Amino acid sequence: MKVTIVDYNSGNISSVINSFNEVAQDKVNIEVTADLNKIKSSDKVVLPGQGSFKSCVDALKKINGLIDTLNEFAITNKKPLLGICVGLQMFADIGYEETETKGLGWIPGKVSKIDNQNGKYKLPHIGWNQINIVKESKIFENVENYTHMYFVHSYEFIPKDKNMISATTDYSSNIVCAVENENIFGTQFHPEKSDKIGLKIIDNFINI
Amino acid sequence: MLKTRIIPCLDVKNGRVVKGINFVDLKDAGDPVEQAKIYSDGGADEICFLDITASNENRDTIYDVVERTSKKCFVPLTVGGGVRSIEDINKLLNCGADKVSINTAAVENPKVVLESSKKFGSQCIVVAIDAKKNGDKWEIFTHGGRNNSGLDALEYAKKMENNGAGELLVTSMDRDGTQIGYDIDLMSKIASKVNIPLIASGGVGNLDHLVDGIKLGNASAVLAASIFHYGKHSVQEAKEYLDSKGIPVRI
Repeated sequence: MKVTIVDYNSGNISSVINSFNEVAQDKVNIEVTADLNKIKSSDKVVLPGQGSFKSCVDALKKINGLIDTLNEFAITNKKPLLGICVGLQMFADIGYEETETKGLGWIPGKVSKIDNQNGKYKLPHIGWNQINIVKESKIFENVENYTHMYFVHSYEFIPKDKNMISATTDYSSNIVCAVENENIFGTQFHPEKSDKIGLKIIDNFINI
Repeated sequence: MLKTRIIPCLDVKNGRVVKGINFVDLKDAGDPVEQAKIYSDGGADEICFLDITASNENRDTIYDVVERTSKKCFVPLTVGGGVRSIEDINKLLNCGADKVSINTAAVENPKVVLESSKKFGSQCIVVAIDAKKNGDKWEIFTHGGRNNSGLDALEYAKKMENNGAGELLVTSMDRDGTQIGYDIDLMSKIASKVNIPLIASGGVGNLDHLVDGIKLGNASAVLAASIFHYGKHSVQEAKEYLDSKGIPVRI
């Protein structure tokens, strides 16, 4: 089995790499690359993302053929893909961070700033918050409901179809913190920074 | 509900812990990696390393420490001390730090905060503010508290928020090392001035001080060093105490 973490200059991905290596040990081959052929031949792909929606989309576009390859992987071939943080946000049609930017359009919806209710809620939403699992999901197998996960973000993904939502978290309102559409998975929180239970989610994804 | 974070901080010098947890079963009490692992296993919400290495030739030791820690600890890791440039930030992030705290460089060259938050994202840029009371205001100190910049702490905090800082780590120079509690006045004034999270630091001597920092100082997170060292209190004890006082924590 080969799992590829897409390295498209989307900011700091060391923690993602470390956590997948920790879970995989010697059983699974973890590749970190933007090489299109290597992505095509992977069994699973992880799409991390830090920084702004726009900077991540721009970074994806900069690598010739990468978006086409990801489309082929996730949409045409329906192979498992996990988006983390802005990686998840890019599933949307459109994002409003910095400026209006088109996303991958895999899960219809938009990404907009969390309503801080006139300063009542600090942004970024940083720290540990409980997740409310609203849909049975392979990545939440043996993960208890209301488990704490580590978050750091100011923007939220609002999918058009609420059936795509697999978990929410309470900050200002019910924020979408995990989505699932068949083979496409996404977490707004950082499983790679969410201690043992976060590693369990990574393990679940690897074992899909 | 978002939980209040408890962040133990370790002072690291030449790659070794200067003060730390004094446990008999530690193989190497001076190893920051082992200490960080004890904290993360004990429920720390985040780990902070403050590099106090004085000489430039030993500065690289922190990179090795961060790299080894990030392979063992899967909670957020913040690293500060001696961070001067975008290149320093880049190196620390590549080694596995999740956030970098910038102190003196942010005062001397505020562009570092602006540029680094653009390049790496606000989520990993923490601005460390060392403030000391002077009359009815607080002034910003740099170089580990040795130089007075004369800048007003509240205005500076707002400016750093505008420059893209994701969080502020506020230390009261008057309280640091005294164990008589945070400077609540300073914390609450800055917390109400900015819309980004504030981490309170400097002066914790007992668990009630943590409670005060959160309830009265309006801090989103509390950082402490010495109360967790030498086994005086464990992170778990601190969390249970906060919980008993009605503060939401991750237990």
